[in-house]
Amino acid sequence: MIEQRVVDPEYLFFSAEREKRFITGSEAVKEAIKRANIDMAVSYPITPQSESMHLVGDIYAEGYIPEYFRGENEFAVMSAVAGASMGGVRIFTATGGPGTLRAFETFPTWAGARLPIVCAFMTRGVNSPLTIQPDTIEMAFMLDTGIMMFHAENAQDLHDMILKAFMIAEKTDIHIPAGVFVDGFFVTHTRDYVDIAPEDIKLPPYNPYSAPVPVMDMENVPVRQMRDPFVMKSNFISYAAHASWQQEILAAAERARKYIDKYMGGLLEMENEGADILIIASGTAVSQSREAIAMARQEGIDAGLIKIKSIRPFPKNEIMEITRKAKAIIVPEFNRAGWLCREVKSTVADTTKVVGGPRVFGGMTMPPELILAEIRRCSE
Amino acid sequence: MSTSNYQVVAGPEGYLPPAAAFMGVMLPEKGDALVEGKIVPAEEAMQKIAEKILAAKNPVFFPGPLLLWNWKEGVAEKAAALKKLAESAGAKIIPMPDYRPKYPMINPAVEINPNHPNLTIWHNKIDVCLFIGVHCHYANMALKIIRGGTDCYTIALCAEAGHEDAMITLRDAGLTELNKLNEIIIAMKEGGK
Repeated sequence: MIEQRVVDPEYLFFSAEREKRFITGSEAVKEAIKRANIDMAVSYPITPQSESMHLVGDIYAEGYIPEYFRGENEFAVMSAVAGASMGGVRIFTATGGPGTLRAFETFPTWAGARLPIVCAFMTRGVNSPLTIQPDTIEMAFMLDTGIMMFHAENAQDLHDMILKAFMIAEKTDIHIPAGVFVDGFFVTHTRDYVDIAPEDIKLPPYNPYSAPVPVMDMENVPVRQMRDPFVMKSNFISYAAHASWQQEILAAAERARKYIDKYMGGLLEMENEGADILIIASGTAVSQSREAIAMARQEGIDAGLIKIKSIRPFPKNEIMEITRKAKAIIVPEFNRAGWLCREVKSTVADTTKVVGGPRVFGGMTMPPELILAEIRRCSE
Repeated sequence: MSTSNYQVVAGPEGYLPPAAAFMGVMLPEKGDALVEGKIVPAEEAMQKIAEKILAAKNPVFFPGPLLLWNWKEGVAEKAAALKKLAESAGAKIIPMPDYRPKYPMINPAVEINPNHPNLTIWHNKIDVCLFIGVHCHYANMALKIIRGGTDCYTIALCAEAGHEDAMITLRDAGLTELNKLNEIIIAMKEGGK
């Protein structure tokens, strides 16, 4: 095993001297996992995620991870990950696009079992004809699985969010899974500057004995008991227990807000607050929006940017407040469904000022000029 | 700090009461506690706990598996302190030995279960209960069901972050807090003589 020193998460995140590296998003995943003090990783290939878990395999070979194996398919991987987490280990995996959907049943199961799994989702299109290109459609399907969802704009976000996700997910009062989503190819397969802490430090280990549910350690009381389901009865008592159980999963995500504030600096970031025209975006749509705003400024049009970092929990109160005086809200997205637009519309008081688009999908890029055109139109 | 107006009070609140966290009630930071949805100093909450228990007709403590099994250092001492506290307060003890649903075979006179805690509360006519040593997920699940269907006043002494769904909750509650609570109860009883 490689010798690493356990440090406070705050030191690793905020105080440790960082080195600037020019690396791909996939390599940023590897660097994060190197410092995450995980016990185990399970992989299965799917483009554009394959390289990330391949690189995680490399650091297993280097001694940074005690256990690493390839599952039979995505469902098997996510089920193995669930078993490992129930057994009390810190575990990481990644998938994307059709892989996400193939494993879909496991995600609400992870949340329901209060498992603090961290999974990276390198998003891609899910449709026929088959595409392997960037698209965030799978995030629409994941919104109500009960897992926390963070959306990285770039490789730096991806690296930082993965590490911070472990610390948020493992809090006793949270203890639900965290998905770190990133736009496949745009981030995973391009190089960017990423500030990285030294590789001889790592996060503190996970303590499963502070979990809100018994860890399945069959050797030790009081945890030598299975989490028996109460689902087998058809009566009000069963239904009430089920309902209360599900409420508790949602409550756990609500409690995460303060930890997201602490570690990520908030559920959203605001640039040029107070502008009449606001763009609300997540993932790489944020970068394209920033470019469009700079272009608009050259034309004398003022616009602000809200970067959503946490999709679940969603920053509804913050958005409600920030958008109160805005005349127009533009929501550019890399998917055909417009799931972020729906979220925004369910939050703001006046939905008529929300512009759903521009939207691109199927792997298309989003030229800033598309967003600029909407800014111009809204400024007229 | 919690800015919620939602009050976590004795029910029955209704068919399916919400999780207090969803209504904006936030868990306390270290040194603080929650009383009916509001953050207060832990000392103040302890006084309130003592008042509630002493004023109850039938106060009952529900120790869970984390306190019933001697699974790590310090647990036996904590369990002994709880027994002492129950004796001082004149409270009964009904254990929650595990989390397996036992409906319809549960004997509500001798045990409680997180999936249908209301059965034990109704059967024993419990007006104030105290959760301790119950894994947080199961405690929250049970506390909501109790609030929904019974008029029982709930108290949760949590070794972790606390429980918004209890009417009073202490966080980081260990041996020191149990002993302190015992002292407060004894002093309150003597003061009331």
